[in-house]
Amino acid sequence: MAMTITEKILASHAGYDEVSPGQLIEARVDIALANDVTAPIAIAEFEKLGIEKVFDPQRVVLVPDHFTPNKDIKSAEQAKIVRDFSRRQGLTNYFELGRMGIEHVLLPEQGIVLPGDLVIGADSHTCTYGALGAFATGMGSTDIAAAMATGKAWFKVPESIKFIYYGTPGPWVEGKDFILYTIGRIGVDGALYQAMEMAGDAIAGLPMYGRFSMANMAIEAGAKNGIIIPDDATLDYVRGRSQRDYHLYTSDPQADYAYVMEIDVAQIRPQVAFPSLPENSRDVAEAVEQQIVIDQVVIGSCTNGRIEDLRLAARVLKGNKVAPYLRLIVIPGTQEVYLQAVREGLAELFVEAGAVFSTPTCGPCLGGHMGILAAGERAVATTNRNFVGRMGHPDSEVYLSNPAVAAATAVMGRIASPEEVVTGN
Amino acid sequence: MIYQGRAWKFGDDIDTDAIIPARYLNTSDPKELARHCMEDADPEFMDKMQSGDIIVAHKNFGCGSSREHAAIAIKAAGISCVIAGSFARIFYRNAFNTGLPILESDEVAAGVKSGDQLQINSADGSIENLTTGKIFQAKPIPSFMQELIDDGGLMAHVRKKQLQG
Repeated sequence: MAMTITEKILASHAGYDEVSPGQLIEARVDIALANDVTAPIAIAEFEKLGIEKVFDPQRVVLVPDHFTPNKDIKSAEQAKIVRDFSRRQGLTNYFELGRMGIEHVLLPEQGIVLPGDLVIGADSHTCTYGALGAFATGMGSTDIAAAMATGKAWFKVPESIKFIYYGTPGPWVEGKDFILYTIGRIGVDGALYQAMEMAGDAIAGLPMYGRFSMANMAIEAGAKNGIIIPDDATLDYVRGRSQRDYHLYTSDPQADYAYVMEIDVAQIRPQVAFPSLPENSRDVAEAVEQQIVIDQVVIGSCTNGRIEDLRLAARVLKGNKVAPYLRLIVIPGTQEVYLQAVREGLAELFVEAGAVFSTPTCGPCLGGHMGILAAGERAVATTNRNFVGRMGHPDSEVYLSNPAVAAATAVMGRIASPEEVVTGN
Repeated sequence: MIYQGRAWKFGDDIDTDAIIPARYLNTSDPKELARHCMEDADPEFMDKMQSGDIIVAHKNFGCGSSREHAAIAIKAAGISCVIAGSFARIFYRNAFNTGLPILESDEVAAGVKSGDQLQINSADGSIENLTTGKIFQAKPIPSFMQELIDDGGLMAHVRKKQLQG
C-alpha cells in the first residue's frame, strides 16, 4: 500500500508494515521531551506509577527554557524539580542554564532529534522537528509521563494534507512568510488532527532555518505534525550533529492525501499576522499603510531564533538605530547561536543599534518574562502566537512577522517593510 | 454519568492562553490554576461560575499550547463538562488524561445560551437544554474513557488497574 512519510514513520515505530489514517496504534518513541513548565506535572504523574527508572536516560530530554533564568521563587521551585529529577535519573540530555537553549532550536542543533525519528514533547511546538523528516508532535504532561515510563505512546494515524510550494520567492520573503500565508489560507483549525506535508521546488530551495519555522507553526493550523521529506539540505544539517543512526523516509507517489493545495510563493509578500490569531495574516504593505505604532519588537523564539534569523535582522539594523520609545529585544535560540552572534559581530551590532541582547529563553513569547506588555501596548514579534494576552496584558496586542520585518519595524517605530530601511537588496 | 449545571458560552478558537494564561504557569497546583481559569476570555468567570457548571464553545476549543494546566484548571474550577463544536487535538487528549469530560457537538454550541440549564448523559451522548426543552445528541463518551474520567485521569486509572493486579 502506498503511504505518506508520516504513515511510514508511525508504521515502523509500531512494528507494522503499513498503517492507514484513523488507525489507533501504540508506537515506540525515540525522544520524549518536556520543559520547566510541563515537566513538573510529568514528573509528578510519572512518580504516581511507582516505577523507579525512566525507560532510557538518553531518550528523556528535559530543557528548562520557559521561565529561565528563573524569574521568581515559584519558577525556581519548578526548575529545581526538573533538575533534581534529571540528576536522580542520570539523564544525559538535561540542559542547565549556560548550556541550555530554547528546546526546539537546541534539540536539532545538538543532533538529539534526527530524520525518521518519532518524537513527542510536552510542548506544542515539538512539531518543529518535522523539518528534519521526523514525526514530531506535542502532547500533554501525562502522555509524556507514560512515555518516560514505557518508551511508548498511543497515536491515531492522521490523514495528510499536501502543500506544494512552487515558484521563486521575492525579496525578504522567508519560510515564516510561507507558513503565515498558508495559515491565513486554511485557518487556525484548517489542519485539525491532520498532518501537513510541505513539498515542492520552493521547499527544496528553502534553507533549513526556514523549514524549521514552517514545521514549527503547523500546530497553529491545528495540525498534529508538519513534515518535510529529507533531502541534501537536511543531510548537510544533520551531518556532524547526529549522535546515532537515522532513517530517511519519503512519501510514495501514489499515497493518499485528504487534499493537495498548491501555493505559488512568487505571490507571497512578507506577511504580518494581525491580532489575535495567526490566521489573520496580511501583506506587510497593508500594515504599513495603517501606520501601526509599535512599542516593542521581539526577535527570537523557537520559530525564528536561529543564527540565520539574527543575520537577517542584522542586515536590516546595520547602520540604523532603534526608534525612540521602542524596545527591541533580541534573543538567540541557544548558547551556540549566541556565541556565533558574538563571533560574527552581530551582538555588537544589536547593542549599538540600541537593542537588548539576551541569554536564550522562551520568556517573552508566552508572556513569561523578559519583555511583558502593558495594557494598550503593541508588539511585533517573530514568535508563533498572537493570542489575546499572549505577551502580557490581555489588552495588549501582538503582530507576527519574519525577522526582517520585525527589525525594520524596530527602526521605523511602526510596522515597516524591510525595503523602507534597506535599499538595494 | 449525568452532569447537570448552567452553561457558560464561549466563541471560536478559545486558546489555552485564554483558559490559563502563561503568567500563572510558574506553579502546577490545581487550586492556584483554577483561580485563574478562563481569565483572559472572561475576567469574572470564576466569580460567576458554580461547581457543576458547563462550558459550551464553538470550534477549536483549547487550541494553542500543550499545557495540561488548561484541562487541570477547568476541572479544578469545578466545571463538570466541556461541550464544543470541535476541540484542538492536544487539549482533547489532555482532557481525558486528566479526567475532564468533554463532548463534541456543533448543534449544542449553536443551540445553547449562557445561563441555560443543561443535563448531559455522557453514556448515550444526549444533552437536554432544560431551559428551552431542546434535546441534542453528541457522540457518547466510550465506556473505557468514561472509566478513565471516573478514576480521575489516566495515571489514577493505570494505578487502580495495577493495584487490582
